[in-house]
Amino acid sequence: MRRALLNIAGESAFYSAVAAFVVLTAFPFYWMLITSLKSNPDLYNVTNIPFWFNEAPTLEHFQYLFEQTLFARWLLNSLIIGLCVVAITLMAALPAGYSLARMVGRNGEALGIGIFLTYLVPPTLLFLPLSRIVASLGLQNSMWSLVLVYPTFTIPFCTWLLMGFFKTMPVEIEEAAIVDGCSLFGAFVKMVLPLSLPAILTAVIFTFTLTLQEFVYALTFISASAQKPVTLGVATDLVRGDIFFWGEIMAGALIASIPVAIAYNLFLDRFISGITGGAVK
Amino acid sequence: MVSIAEPVAKSASRYRFILDQRGVLGSVMVAPAILYVLLLVGLPFLLAVYYSVSAYTIYDPTWRFVGLSNFRQIVNNSVFQETLANTFLFTFGSQFLGLVLGKFGALLLMRPFPGRKIVRALIILPWAVPIALATVAWEWMFDSLYSVINWTLISLGIITRSEAPNWLGNPHLAMLCVIVVNAWRFFPFAVVIFLAGMTSIPQDVIDAATVDGAGFWRRNYQIVLPMILPIVAVGLIFGIVFTFTDLSIVFLLTNGGPVGATSVLGFEGFQVGIVSGDVSHGAAISLFMLPVLFFVVIGMLRFIRRREI
Repeated sequence: MRRALLNIAGESAFYSAVAAFVVLTAFPFYWMLITSLKSNPDLYNVTNIPFWFNEAPTLEHFQYLFEQTLFARWLLNSLIIGLCVVAITLMAALPAGYSLARMVGRNGEALGIGIFLTYLVPPTLLFLPLSRIVASLGLQNSMWSLVLVYPTFTIPFCTWLLMGFFKTMPVEIEEAAIVDGCSLFGAFVKMVLPLSLPAILTAVIFTFTLTLQEFVYALTFISASAQKPVTLGVATDLVRGDIFFWGEIMAGALIASIPVAIAYNLFLDRFISGITGGAVK
Repeated sequence: MVSIAEPVAKSASRYRFILDQRGVLGSVMVAPAILYVLLLVGLPFLLAVYYSVSAYTIYDPTWRFVGLSNFRQIVNNSVFQETLANTFLFTFGSQFLGLVLGKFGALLLMRPFPGRKIVRALIILPWAVPIALATVAWEWMFDSLYSVINWTLISLGIITRSEAPNWLGNPHLAMLCVIVVNAWRFFPFAVVIFLAGMTSIPQDVIDAATVDGAGFWRRNYQIVLPMILPIVAVGLIFGIVFTFTDLSIVFLLTNGGPVGATSVLGFEGFQVGIVSGDVSHGAAISLFMLPVLFFVVIGMLRFIRRREI
């Protein structure tokens, strides 16, 4: 009897701890959701209960966001930037990852680590010279500056990720192709790439989400509203003087967050094994 | 007849022969990535170093060499000294908080229970979504007038409306806020790292220890912790690098204020180098990150080396 009681107490302690964690992590997102659906009079009344609707929910903030602001443009900008960076990253990182895993022998590992370490060089160390370079290329205030600069961290990350993947691939696949008359490069294109689709997909997802999450370079290089990616636009452009358009800001933040959150959750395990470089077996 | 066709085939095969050497093709394939990194990380890095020892501003773009005088001026500036101290407080405060929360969260998620997958997905959220967007949500939660935190505290009778804290307006509270938001953003990463480490420990090791009479704490600190230390080190390295050099949370939440109380290195470099256009001093400020990054990179290399043995 006492044991059963202790058990129940233990269980409820466990579940309340889990609940506390979920509230801690998810509350700001709930707060985004509820704010974006509340009417302004409801939002700016300090006596109202903030956690629920005191007046009927409304879509007016979403409507305003799409009709009166450049939000749709920012989404499009982010999409274009993301796709271009994905293309550049794959073109550089796929052959590099394969080469480092298979071709350049013992130096491959050291070179791979060297490339990966550049992922740790922070934007805040490079933004000053890069902003000068961007200006001298005539790209200041243009989203193409981000297309140029974002591969500096996506290429190292994806090269490392793909290098790890290619190492786990049985080498017999290429050997068989080469025996059958493929060139070395032909074996890579015809045999290795098709079998690497899961890893390539992972690299695409992470490249894309990394470009969405970047803030420092976007802040430094771009001040024209129409050229901003969505994170920068929502965070800096929906403030007029001292007035924050909280409903619109939260609606925008919510819309831009959801796809990234889903992508991350789906590919989380690959991300971890990529970043820890197989430290976990 | 054969001899007519032969020269063509031969030149093609010679070309193919070169690219069929592993070393050659390998170098060709790795070249684009290395070139990109050299041109857009290596070169800018050297430029940053040069800026920091010159008198370069966007108004006076002369590359006059001035030695270490930029650094001397910065170090003697009390605003910068405060910034440097803030950066360490911000980094280590949030990493410590994040690690504690991460270990605790991982312990909870180790146990199977219904809905664990959904709970895990929700706990990952802060780390997954773009930090700029999450930070504006926090800014709204810390709002001086409409703060939901204050509303809750007032409703619970803990404080009254007149003494409600102005979270981002008070220097100490503002620092607490940026630390908490950063810990909030990074602890899911710590949870995942701890989980990855803990699930990699074979259950029989734990069982053997239990049979030998090791209790919960002893198992935790003498078996689990040493075994997951390498992977936790990797997580911590990432956390330190990205926190020590970040400016987005500070920029959006407090804009360095009130009166410089939350200014950190990255933010100060941005203010001086971009906003004021004093590129050389901005570069010098940014370069103060280098020693920390250097130690972190050494730690990373040592870890990678140990893994290979």
